[in-house]
Amino acid sequence: MADTFTIHLKIWRQDGPDKPGKLVDYTLDNVNEHMSFLEMLDVLNEQIVAEGREEPVEFDYDCREGICGSCNLMINGRAHGPKAMTCTCQLHMRNYSDGDTIVIEPFRAKGFPVIKDLIVDRSAFDRIIEAGGYVSVKTGSAPDANSIPVDKSVADTAFDYATCIGCGACVAACPNSSASLFTGAKLAHLNRLPQGEPERKRRTVAMVEQMDKEGFGDCSNYAECEAVCPKGISISAIAEMRRNYVKAALAGDEV
Amino acid sequence: MASFLQALKSQVGRKILTGVTGVGLIIFIIFHLATNLQVFGDVHAFNEAAYALESMGWLLYILEAGLAVAFLLHAYVGISIWWRRRKARPRGYEKYQSKGGPSHVTWASKSMIFTGIVLLVFLIIHLDTFKFADPGTVILPGGGEARDLKALMLATFQQPIYAFGYTAVMILLGFHLGHGFWSAFTSLTMKHNRYSALIYAAGIVFALLMAVGFLFIPLYIYFGGGCEAALIQCQ
Ligand code: HEM
Ligand code: SF4
Ligand code: FES
Repeated sequence: MADTFTIHLKIWRQDGPDKPGKLVDYTLDNVNEHMSFLEMLDVLNEQIVAEGREEPVEFDYDCREGICGSCNLMINGRAHGPKAMTCTCQLHMRNYSDGDTIVIEPFRAKGFPVIKDLIVDRSAFDRIIEAGGYVSVKTGSAPDANSIPVDKSVADTAFDYATCIGCGACVAACPNSSASLFTGAKLAHLNRLPQGEPERKRRTVAMVEQMDKEGFGDCSNYAECEAVCPKGISISAIAEMRRNYVKAALAGDEV
Repeated sequence: MASFLQALKSQVGRKILTGVTGVGLIIFIIFHLATNLQVFGDVHAFNEAAYALESMGWLLYILEAGLAVAFLLHAYVGISIWWRRRKARPRGYEKYQSKGGPSHVTWASKSMIFTGIVLLVFLIIHLDTFKFADPGTVILPGGGEARDLKALMLATFQQPIYAFGYTAVMILLGFHLGHGFWSAFTSLTMKHNRYSALIYAAGIVFALLMAVGFLFIPLYIYFGGGCEAALIQCQ
């Protein structure tokens, strides 16, 4: 077991929404290279509980297998840490070495208020989905999907966009805190399928308006979102969202 | 129509506006550079080009009005995007770095508002120096009494403050375009994975061409000593 090493952590601690927060230093001596990042935080929390001086660090997770999008941490200034197409829960401590210092902060955006420590409220994304990220009519159960022919390339592209897990890394990493990649991915997924097509214009306008209302910033085409997205969603989704939005606005019909 | 105007105020609409006005300004600076380079042509080439423009009459006024609107709209939307960015993340990160890869977070992209505002301030000074100045007139060989802008240009750029000030601003223009060219394509919905890298590279080449093209003139005039310079013909 020569694989354990020491890590210094600077973790954002904040008692609640609108409370002041600050970075607090911790040192962890028994980090194993096979631990995931979240397991490393579990060990830290055991240590904090054992010492009994303060409350454990609150952080969010659910599946720990890269599919739920809950494990949102800003790790050394990068959403989900240093590796491309990797969620925090899929990041392993072997990416770090003895004596490293890791700064951990919550995702920061007006649309993602901090609940406690590293946990943020991402319900703004739910409201963007509620604004139009669905198909209004019953399209049948799974077997019925096969009764509507969909071009293979269309289905594949729709699926690529459907892999968005709503983690919010795109917002967190965007210098403008824009939610365009998330919204664009949802739109690009639904708008190109025959089930979603009839509501394309209404959906695009409604979801764009909602992301405005939630206080997310404008997109300046930095493409940082694509770099941090654990699913590698392309910013082509954003261009497509604009195209559909312009078409809807030019048509000017009841959207 | 009301709904279209409404749409322009949305996040996506603002982006389309920056893109359209940005492309308009790009087209303008291409023509502007082509005109400026006439200063290396024969004695009257530059003044003739300027005279031809001024002889367009009302058509020129329409073009100028369009340009003014594009400039102001572009600056207004750019500043409003920056303003909203500040509000969208009231508390910044203690530590932030780009993840690289497909990211275009660069000094150029992060400084659009800075380089943009410099360009705006520059524009005011620039108009005052050239457009609204009275350089005296010159009779063109083909007839017509033109403003002697060539003499004004040569005199202006022999002053170090102008020669180097313009050079600095043109470098910043290069940075603005370095991100702006590519960004405009994406804003105007033309992002396609296959061509994206190509467009980005083309943008950098274009930005370099524009910056070098524009800044060559003041520097050459300064170091060449105006009419003394090999490439410049005076009467
Ligand atoms: C010769 C003058 C200028 C040219 C050729 C130019 C060109 C461009 C282009 C092509 C873009 C990309 C548009 C897009 O992303 O959709 C852009 C963006 C921008 N421009 Fe300019 N621009 C000029 C002057 C200005 C001025 C005077 C300002 C004043 C504030 C400004 C501020 C900005 C800002 C802030 C952006 C980024 C917008 C964003 O965040 O997406 N620009 N410019
Ligand atoms: S687009 Fe990518 S980064 Fe953004 S929410 Fe979806 S999965 Fe996360
Ligand atoms: S915990 Fe579910 S994606 Fe990481």
